[in-house]
Amino acid sequence: MSFFQVPSGKPAQKHAVDPALQPWVEKYRPKTIDDVSSQEHTMAVLRKTLTSTNLPHMLFYGPPGTGKTSTILALSRQLFGPDNFRNRVLELNASDERGIKVVREKIKNFARQTPRAQAVGSDGKTYPCPPYKIIILDEADSMTQDAQGALRRIMETYARITRFCLVCNYVTRIIEPLASRCSKFRFTPLDTSSAGSRLSMIATAEHVQIDPLVLDALIGTSGGDLRRAITYLQSASRLAASTNPPTPITPSDIQEIAGVVPDAVIASLAKTLGIDVATAMDVDDKPTSGSNFEKIQKAVKHLIREGYSASQTLSQLHDLVVLHPTLTARQKSRCALVFAEADKALCDGADEELWILEVALRIHKAIS
Amino acid sequence: MSLWVDHYRPRSLDELHYHKHLSSRLRSLAASGDFPHMLFYGPPGAGKKTRISCTLKELFGPGVDKLKVDQRVFLTQSKRKIEVNIVQSNFHLEITPSEAGNYDRTVIQELLKEIAQTQQVDLSAKQRFKVVVINEADSLSRDAQAALRRTMEKYMTNMRIILCANSTSRLIAPIKSRCLLIRVAAPDPDEMRGVLGYVAKSVGFDLPPDPADKIIEDSNGNMRKAILVLEALKMQSPDLTGNITIAKPDWETYCHKVADLIVQEQTPARVMEVRTKFYELLSHCIPPTVILKTVAERVVERVDESLKADIMHWAAFYEVRMRLGNKKIFHLEAWVVKVMSLYKQFFYGIDLTDFD
Ligand SMILES: Nc1ncnc2c1ncn2[C@@H]1O[C@H](COP(=O)(O)OP(=O)(O)OP(=O)(O)O)[C@@H](O)[C@H]1O
Ligand SMILES: [Mg+2]
Repeated sequence: MSFFQVPSGKPAQKHAVDPALQPWVEKYRPKTIDDVSSQEHTMAVLRKTLTSTNLPHMLFYGPPGTGKTSTILALSRQLFGPDNFRNRVLELNASDERGIKVVREKIKNFARQTPRAQAVGSDGKTYPCPPYKIIILDEADSMTQDAQGALRRIMETYARITRFCLVCNYVTRIIEPLASRCSKFRFTPLDTSSAGSRLSMIATAEHVQIDPLVLDALIGTSGGDLRRAITYLQSASRLAASTNPPTPITPSDIQEIAGVVPDAVIASLAKTLGIDVATAMDVDDKPTSGSNFEKIQKAVKHLIREGYSASQTLSQLHDLVVLHPTLTARQKSRCALVFAEADKALCDGADEELWILEVALRIHKAIS
Repeated sequence: MSLWVDHYRPRSLDELHYHKHLSSRLRSLAASGDFPHMLFYGPPGAGKKTRISCTLKELFGPGVDKLKVDQRVFLTQSKRKIEVNIVQSNFHLEITPSEAGNYDRTVIQELLKEIAQTQQVDLSAKQRFKVVVINEADSLSRDAQAALRRTMEKYMTNMRIILCANSTSRLIAPIKSRCLLIRVAAPDPDEMRGVLGYVAKSVGFDLPPDPADKIIEDSNGNMRKAILVLEALKMQSPDLTGNITIAKPDWETYCHKVADLIVQEQTPARVMEVRTKFYELLSHCIPPTVILKTVAERVVERVDESLKADIMHWAAFYEVRMRLGNKKIFHLEAWVVKVMSLYKQFFYGIDLTDFD
């Protein structure tokens, strides 16, 4: 294969990658901040910084796959252009060794050379090239408290020539003195329309047919995480293209890829627990013997054997209970309580089977 | 002569017996050059590892079967030496970071960086990336998971990650967002019958339906266990007729004994007795969660219907505490005391609520 030439002396450069072989999430990572969907407020502010050449320290936070990393990379690229990117932008993340000593050394070395502007890039474009360097601390929420404390001083020491951008999922894990030094930008899960248009754009560029129902399924199952939506789209399209003749992508393909528990499975579980479920669903109506406890235990064991993820199962069951037309408010409240407890327990690493069973038994009790 | 489970393990996606649909999905993903990071999850013995190795074969060809095992030494920040076994071929590499305990983060960091920065040099390689298979991913520490996040994005050209786990709830959201999730369900009884029949035929005998049913019933969806039991039974009684019984593992019998002790008598002396048994189980490296679940399930089989839900409730309650806490035995014991008090209350109507 052509791209596999023997590395002559030095390894092939990164941008030698054949775009056809890149996963779509990387291929369609926004190149400029105008490419970033949604997050209008943040983009409006950042667009101004492109012209004013002044930039505050920044803190980006929000759930996965909403464009935080992409935004800061795109902004830096627009500020400095490809030539200066390397010597003006330092990216540190949790995967690097980030004992504070290391961070201090790296930042010290990096911030030492005073930047000199050279605004016209080799590609002929002019870049603002403001007189500071950007230090990106991606995944800052996994830094220890001590490290964050030390970072405060570092930020002040080099304030003249550096701007920090902290990126994280959980803003509460950033210590207050650090957070208060930054302008905070919240990244929200993508809304339906902007996620939809970005996905359609990618589908068109990749010559994939997707009908509106599939788009809805993509948006619905990914919960505002665009990275996940793009991954689902890509693997669904691979699957669809591999059959002979190629078949169109269906919403149920997407649901399966996304690990959604089939409605019939949830309905049958709900029925075992004594919840009335709409008969329109095709629920397995085999009368099973045994006490209520045994029936519930069996149903839970079956779920575990099927390997459905506990959090997914519980969230679907939750929706069914909370939106249920005939359960009383009191019953729903009791159920809500146990859903909350189970969520916390699962986050603490509890056993999935024990907790699905716990939820099931408590719902059963609340309802009967 | 290797065990039947290993000897008759499918080597390619086509040879996989069940979940054909999933196999074809994996094939289509492997056929395109833009293979994503993946997370395989499902109950034990459902065939996740087999599926992963078949997928690797599809990606890289027979070269992935040429394995060598290395022992690597990693140095932690505090200059401690950590030894980890690494299984690798020219195209992929497999680690079980839980071997490194609390230092899994160091191992992940060092290893992935090293791989990410080396390029595939084999000219005949079908892919330009290497695959890193991470076993028992659900026991990765939060730190180690955080260390994976940006690495997974940054080095995607040179490296793909396949995580293998029993459940997804212990993985942090940013990791799940970066992977394509692949659920591998346990095979259903018919599918298991098919596999057992195939193994039997390959060995050169016919498996009568009766022992097959027994094996399937006993294995609870765990294909690996089923094949192991089949081989053991065949050794015991070569014609597989008559009244065959499947021996339970020692620890399970022992757990059942513990349950019986709890149901028979509820006294402080009995608590002491049970505790010694727990120590015995723990010292044989039976995971505390398994102990608790096995004992609890046996206890609920033997008590009144009205007590069952409560007993399982407290099992769930103490199991989380056990994870968060340090001394497993405390929580096991607390559960036993709780169950005994519930039992007494029920039987003698003694009000022990003060005890709570
Ligand atoms: N707002 C967005 N507009 C366009 N593409 C997006 C957006 N958000 C996410 N994406 C897509 O998802 C991918 C991942 O986004 P990004 O790395 O910016 O997420 P993140 O917010 O940093 O997530 P994490 O918290 O997991 O690090 C991008 O490569 C891009 O393809
Ligand atoms: Mg990011």
